[in-house]
Amino acid sequence: MEIDIFKNKLVPKSRILKEEEEKELLEKYNISKKQLPRILVSDPVAKALNAKPGNIIEFTRESKTAGMSKFYRVVVA
Amino acid sequence: MTLPPSIEEQLKELKEMLKLNKAQMEKLRKIAEKQYEKSLIEPGEAVGVVAAQSIGEPGTQLTLRTKLLAGATEMTVTQGLPRLIEIFDARSEPSTPAMTIFLKPSYATSEAKVEEIALRLLEISLEDISKEINVDLLRMRIEIELDPAKMKKFKVKEKDVLKRISEYFKSAKITTGAYKINIKPKEEDMDIKKLYRLRVKLKGLHIAGIKGIKQVLPIKFGNDWIIKTAGSNLKEVLKLPEVDIERTKTNDIFEIWRVLGIEAARNAIIEETLDVLKNQGIEVDVRHIMLVADIMTNDGTIKGIGRYGVSSAKASVLARASFEVPLKHLFSAAVKGEVDELRSVVENVMVNQPVPVGTGMVDLRVKKGDKK
Repeated sequence: MEIDIFKNKLVPKSRILKEEEEKELLEKYNISKKQLPRILVSDPVAKALNAKPGNIIEFTRESKTAGMSKFYRVVVA
Repeated sequence: MTLPPSIEEQLKELKEMLKLNKAQMEKLRKIAEKQYEKSLIEPGEAVGVVAAQSIGEPGTQLTLRTKLLAGATEMTVTQGLPRLIEIFDARSEPSTPAMTIFLKPSYATSEAKVEEIALRLLEISLEDISKEINVDLLRMRIEIELDPAKMKKFKVKEKDVLKRISEYFKSAKITTGAYKINIKPKEEDMDIKKLYRLRVKLKGLHIAGIKGIKQVLPIKFGNDWIIKTAGSNLKEVLKLPEVDIERTKTNDIFEIWRVLGIEAARNAIIEETLDVLKNQGIEVDVRHIMLVADIMTNDGTIKGIGRYGVSSAKASVLARASFEVPLKHLFSAAVKGEVDELRSVVENVMVNQPVPVGTGMVDLRVKKGDKK
């Protein structure tokens, strides 16, 4: 039986960015994909989203200071 | 400018409380935006050093004692400084793994039900349910005498035990009597040494429950009952239908990484650190801990704050060499022909240049040919 890991409160909401959104994000911060924090393809969240290396995953963190904040990780092999 | 959601919420609350009109609201928002911008960290601020000091100083007040009794029971959990070191060093296993298991509402209220579930969680090995496990040298076999009282207590049936043993020993003659099991291995070259080794293995043979759960303890938490355990196995526990996946947690950060992913591990580092500090009555701003957790999980794996972790990931050779074991780093850098671009702090201190921190971050450039 597979567990739905997104039910756990430690796991933030996450989704794969579309191509336009990726471009927008990289332009906004003026960076390349390589400079983003990473997440492994073998990571349970990346697996659950069926992400491929090169995808960017957006996490909606519940932040103790800001209430809510977005965080991005690029999927690497 | 966009304000963070928590401030937006406060603004909304203020609006309702003071019954502000649109113009007043706009004015308030302007002020809030200005204050928010003021409170942001300036580019070039050495946040890492500030975080290190902010955690390090109160760290001197933490207890050095490793263990503390959790409540009136015999369960021990590492706390204080040893636990803090464990978290930041990213040890792959905590010295005292423990879980807090929450149950779904329909199970959580009745003590009897919770106790029944707790008993099912507990890892039971053959040793736990047997009176004796002996080696019969004369007949070259192992004799097991089961303990009916213990088996009743742990709700283990004799036939399940037999099934487990015959699964484990595919090539052995197994004879049974009343609560007695005799195992005679069929291998030709069986000697006494091997037999004794087999006995040790048999003692630890997993019969029932969840592997890794060494102790269970149902305790009252508000109106509900929860189960605290010594030993941890998040993956298997979450699979149980009675368990509330949302709140159930473990103190094994690497296990959280394996089961729930790197973002969950980051959150776990923050929560565990805050927990340790709160237990000792120390307050450290979350921002510092968030920074440390972000650095530790930056590359998708958990890296400790130390020579093999975060420090080994630094781009500069001199910075790495300045931390610990300089010769090793210098030699390997020489072999690889590494180049140090002197972009960070330590290496610039070494070569007596202004460091790129604060006002040192900015360069002056002159535009040529634009004389007036």
